[in-house]
Amino acid sequence: MSSAANRGPMIQISHVAKRYPGGYEALRGVTFSVEAGEMVFITGRSGAGKSTLLKLITAIERPTTGSVIINGQNVTAMKPGVIPFFRRNFGLIFQDHKLLFDRSVFENVALPLSITGFPRREIARRTRAALDKVGLLGREKARPITLSGGEQQRLCIARAIVNRPAILLADEPTGNLDTAYAEEIIGMFKSFNQVGVTVVIATHDEDMIERLGPRILHLDQGKIAA
Amino acid sequence: MNWLLVHLDTLRESLARLARQPVASALNVIVMGIALSLPAGFYLGLNNLQTFSRQLSSDPQVSIFMAVDASATEVAAVEQRLKASAEIGRVEFIGRDRALARLKRSAGLADVLANLGRNPLPDAFVVTARSNDPAILEALHDQALKWPKVEHVQLDAEWARRLDAALNVGRVLVTLLAALLAVALVAVTFNTIRLQILTRRDEIEVSKLIGATNAFIRRPFLYFGILQGLAGGLAAWAIVALAVLVLNIQLADLTMLYGTIIKLEWPDSNYTMILLAFSAALGWLGAWLSVSRHLWQIEPR
Repeated sequence: MSSAANRGPMIQISHVAKRYPGGYEALRGVTFSVEAGEMVFITGRSGAGKSTLLKLITAIERPTTGSVIINGQNVTAMKPGVIPFFRRNFGLIFQDHKLLFDRSVFENVALPLSITGFPRREIARRTRAALDKVGLLGREKARPITLSGGEQQRLCIARAIVNRPAILLADEPTGNLDTAYAEEIIGMFKSFNQVGVTVVIATHDEDMIERLGPRILHLDQGKIAA
Repeated sequence: MNWLLVHLDTLRESLARLARQPVASALNVIVMGIALSLPAGFYLGLNNLQTFSRQLSSDPQVSIFMAVDASATEVAAVEQRLKASAEIGRVEFIGRDRALARLKRSAGLADVLANLGRNPLPDAFVVTARSNDPAILEALHDQALKWPKVEHVQLDAEWARRLDAALNVGRVLVTLLAALLAVALVAVTFNTIRLQILTRRDEIEVSKLIGATNAFIRRPFLYFGILQGLAGGLAAWAIVALAVLVLNIQLADLTMLYGTIIKLEWPDSNYTMILLAFSAALGWLGAWLSVSRHLWQIEPR
């Protein structure tokens, strides 16, 4: 991201509403901002609008009204040709993982790098470094289907951080994991946050985050609850 | 240099993808090859006929046949008239004895002719005009018919010119056929790529979500389309070449009976390059349409 834009907050959401065709309102007048280097949890029951919010931030969907400004760039007015390059600033961890099961662990993690167009040797180096960070270095030739649930989640994290993103967005990263695994995953996010990455995590698992005591944005029926 | 490596990588990947489904790939290539070989083959055939007819019509002549019972003086009178004309270039007299001897030699009809008892052939003149203007020979044709003891006058170039005109019609038909089959080819590629997209849908979706440009997503499919098109073009070339080979063997037997040798020309390098470029371009187009349609469908709204 351009350094000139670093004055404002990293994420600035203003009066955002999202209405889907058919009239369903996922978000109703949401306003908040996240500073660079902050770690924020977005909580709320399923259907509260957490996933929609993450999709608006990454320009996967467009808000019906309001503005989304990421590091000084107005996402709402972004031209389609710019969006791919804009998305490379994010590390995305999807609720449904979106791993490629016909590719090896290594190839899954290398995908963002080949999209960016790194030379092959650089791709190999960075991919191994990312796999090392999540403790999957020994499994690089394995297929994702042979990994456990926790390992698959760590694979998603490796793919999200391999491009050294400024912002890490995770949608229910601890969804189907038991407490021990979930804490391990959250620990990873904390360590990325400590080296300066802005982290936004959407979760319905409120017990887990109470112990962490971070900043929490609670969504209720498409609105931020006080 | 990096972009070059990226493209080489994509090329390698696409070749591997073709090789990974040998049966499906082979079927596609055969379908494309057959579709392309029809207009390509007809085109080559027309070209051959055209060359042949041009050779004939480039040397326009009039043949004047005397009546079989024409006397030597009557024949000499006609020869006098022909030689007197300033517009006529060359006059070749073919006496009836010479014509018979020639026929015996060339066409293997010696037995039949021997049984005839008398010579059935007339005296004849083959007349070539000084200039290439067809009007001169046409005028001569009309005049000579009125001369005494002239039985028949034939404009030799006429049928060749008619053939040439017919070939031009054929050319238009081949172009139409090529256009139709080009559409079929694009459709074949479109469908192949569509099936590939279906099996790689997840990959495309994830790639788009994490910042792949449309060009990045298109690239491997375009390469695949071009490669498959090229392979189809090569198959078409092979089919045409094989047809020429087989036809030439048959033609050699046939034309030997008539005492000449007519050979079809082999597809030359120009023809080959145009055929391959055309098929590759069609493959590219089919792939491009297919991927673009899919990308448009998954575009966020």
